Amino acid sequence: MDAPYAIEMLGITKRFPGIIANDNITLQLRHGEIHALLGENGAGKSTLMSVLFGLYRPEEGVIKKDGVPVQINDPNDANALGIGMVHQHFKLVECFSVLDNIILGVEPTKGGFLQKDAARKKVMQLSENYGLAVDPDALIEDITVGMQQRTEILKMLYRDNEILIFDEPTAVLTPQEIDELMVIMKNLAREGKSILFISHKLAEIMAVADRCTVLRKGKYIGTVETKSSSMEELSAMMVGRNVNFHVEKKPARPGETVLDIQHMSVASRQHKKDAVHDVSLQVRRGEIVCIAGIDGNGQSEFVYGLSGLEPLKDGKIFLDGKDLSRSAIRQRSILGMSHIPEDRHKHGLVLDYSLEDNLVLQRYFEPEFTNKAGFLRRDNIRTYAERLIEDYDVRSGQGPVTAARSMSGGNQQKAIIAREIDKDPELLIAVQPTRGLDVGAIEFVHKKLVEQRDAGKAVLLISLELDEVMDVPDRILVMYEGEIVGELDPKKTTQEELGLYMAGAKRDEVRA
Amino acid sequence: MKNLLKRKGVQSLIASLLCIVLGLLLGYVVLLFINPAGAGQAILAVIRNFLNVSKANLQLKNLGNTLVKTAPLLMCSLSVLFAYKVGLFNIGVAGQYVVGAAAGLYAALQWGWGWLPCLLLAIALGAVSGAIVGMLKAYQNVNEVISGIMLNWITLYTANMILSGVTEQASPYTLHLRGNADQAILPSLGLGNLFNKHQYVTIAVPLAIILAIVVLVVLDKTRFGYELRATGNNKNAAKYAGMAEKRNIILTLMIGGALAAMGGALLYLTDFEQWSVGLSSVPGMGFNGIAAAFLGGLNPIGAIFSSYFIQHITAGGAFVDKSMYASQISDLISSIIIYLCGFVLFIKYAINTGLLRSEERALLRKQKAAAGGNTEKGGAS
Ligand SMILES: Nc1ncnc2c1ncn2[C@@H]1O[C@H](COP(=O)(O)OP(=O)(O)OP(=O)(O)O)[C@@H](O)[C@H]1O
Ligand SMILES: [Mg+2]
Repeated sequence: MDAPYAIEMLGITKRFPGIIANDNITLQLRHGEIHALLGENGAGKSTLMSVLFGLYRPEEGVIKKDGVPVQINDPNDANALGIGMVHQHFKLVECFSVLDNIILGVEPTKGGFLQKDAARKKVMQLSENYGLAVDPDALIEDITVGMQQRTEILKMLYRDNEILIFDEPTAVLTPQEIDELMVIMKNLAREGKSILFISHKLAEIMAVADRCTVLRKGKYIGTVETKSSSMEELSAMMVGRNVNFHVEKKPARPGETVLDIQHMSVASRQHKKDAVHDVSLQVRRGEIVCIAGIDGNGQSEFVYGLSGLEPLKDGKIFLDGKDLSRSAIRQRSILGMSHIPEDRHKHGLVLDYSLEDNLVLQRYFEPEFTNKAGFLRRDNIRTYAERLIEDYDVRSGQGPVTAARSMSGGNQQKAIIAREIDKDPELLIAVQPTRGLDVGAIEFVHKKLVEQRDAGKAVLLISLELDEVMDVPDRILVMYEGEIVGELDPKKTTQEELGLYMAGAKRDEVRA
Repeated sequence: MKNLLKRKGVQSLIASLLCIVLGLLLGYVVLLFINPAGAGQAILAVIRNFLNVSKANLQLKNLGNTLVKTAPLLMCSLSVLFAYKVGLFNIGVAGQYVVGAAAGLYAALQWGWGWLPCLLLAIALGAVSGAIVGMLKAYQNVNEVISGIMLNWITLYTANMILSGVTEQASPYTLHLRGNADQAILPSLGLGNLFNKHQYVTIAVPLAIILAIVVLVVLDKTRFGYELRATGNNKNAAKYAGMAEKRNIILTLMIGGALAAMGGALLYLTDFEQWSVGLSSVPGMGFNGIAAAFLGGLNPIGAIFSSYFIQHITAGGAFVDKSMYASQISDLISSIIIYLCGFVLFIKYAINTGLLRSEERALLRKQKAAAGGNTEKGGAS
């Protein structure tokens, strides 16, 4: 039992058609440490964790728990060995309560009847010990993403898991929730749990992880102590070059107005109150305007209304002077609106389509891709897809014919970005465009946004990421409870001031 | 070998074949229960169908009969699989088939129309019937299964009512086309001669096969098919991409209705069967189309073979020795087999898990070997 490592993954190789996702990878997790896993999009991080959790079977390699070789064939085996995982996309039953989700599959019963009281006590105890605040009786569909994640963590703890895997847990959290999660993870480690933590955010890794293992294109690059390392070193290990964390851009030279929104309101699905209330704003050629705010303050509904996914309750939208308030989505798209959606699986991709078919999702009907008789021009689609894949560095196993479903999360995102930017829109609506991207890809996407701006296009960025909000746009509009409560100049404001607006503690009468 | 098994097409094929074998086995077991003495003979008779008769001439004739019934079944299965690609379950296929049969017969017998106008009318009315379900779905979000089933009944009784004007005297059967409306009989173009002067083998058979190919091409190669499959796979993404979801739903069900109705006309305009206005349930042809669609792996070309197979065993059922079994036995056996055909997806799933298991075992062996070495080393240190 004195083995130095809680988990050892030795020489793991996992192949997928056309790609070696894990090529002879070694990962050693010490008892009670927080071990970060870092790598570009498609480097093989999720695959490696899925191997450990029993979702994939590697072709080669040995896994040892406390020095003893073990066989993990499915998640049940993993659970029996005390290995738990919080997936990037949570696996909770929406219409069940928090408590029911936690005990699902390991329900304590007596004579065939559920014994929930003991379970509730244990859950509340755990919740208190680790500062995981949840309401055990709330339904999953009603609670915030942060609380859903705490439910997932409690699920692992309830099963007495000792090895905790977090696959990009912070990608979906607000900055406040991220800070809370960091504290929780440290507590867990102090209690002796061993944690594997995937993140693209170097600052988070430097803040919580003891050590960090870096992968690149399926290969093991090395493991470093974070104390004796730096963000620069880590990013250089990861992408093989130095990454510029700051967006280089010349001052904006805004031209005439492209997007003009007047008194827009969008009804809410949940409440009687409007999700978006009386919002007016303009975006001009040659500028990037960012809508900042804490998640759930009406940003999603605002974009739905703007892009046509939801009808407007009130107000008008003009694009280049044309009234689009009642126009169909296709009409808006043809007139020059591009939309990088918030939820890439729900809206952005047809997961069962190939990559190339997804890349023409907004343009398949154009003469370039469909002939007069209505037949798809497969050759042109292939050529076009190959160009986008090359230009935007979309990595996958089999190129244009790869099933979108099998691509890594970040590369799915890059495919969408390629498609929407290459449409050469007048107005680019980018909702959380860098969610789940590695630092290199983020730098690239930001550069692309600035390029669009400098080409005289209007860019509307919706972001929860404070760094992005401060760095990329030329103007910041803060949204709070469905209203625009302030306009800030990113060069003059501070993160603190921005925070006050976002929390609703400060507001101006802005009527753009 | 393993890689071959992983291919989707191969999996579909194996799953379908397995279903057939299982269906035959189960049929055999049922026969054993009823009368063990004749079970082997009976199941063989079902499989052999037209081969049960010894003379080559008669064999051809019987094969012809099976083909005549294959054409409408194929049309129904195309209707089902087309809608299924868009994520719609077109159970209204049974009623749409009736629409086609009734429209064709009535126009032929009452108005004396030729076969082509009859066929076109059937197609048009089938499309209307599909459009009703489609519009209810698109605008009122009425589940297509519910409205489809209701429409099946409405259609059946309407058809019976209308066709009772063109029945033989004192009989529930509609008049024979031959002798009463020869102009409405589908041309044979000499095809009948291939089957020992079979008067019912007409252009219906090649027409249905051509339509299967058309459906394949539309789904795979056209913009319309691209939109339909996108809608079926991810409705939200289709909407996001500006595809006209409502229009596509209606169009899909219209096409489904047209295909099924054409099937009905393709059978009754051969004069092979007469419609009975006493029917109190929708003919099974449409429902069998659902089985044929799944057995064919939801692929139009697969549907050609599965439709033939289903008609093959249905016709084969007629050769079961009726002195040993009640006369319903043929229907019973073929429906058991057809029922099992619905299990294609389940079997596909089983193949996949089976593959994983065997990979797992191979891995286990390898790891045991490796681990054995390691623990020894560990023990020594
Ligand atoms: N089920 C699968 N079938 C085929 N290929 C796959 C499958 N899962 C992953 N891959 C491929 O393996 C590679 C590694 O993917 P993985 O999801 O592990 O990347 P990742 O490091 O988690 O990336 P990201 O940061 O973008 O999430 C990718 O190129 C991906 O296309
Ligand atoms: Mg991943």
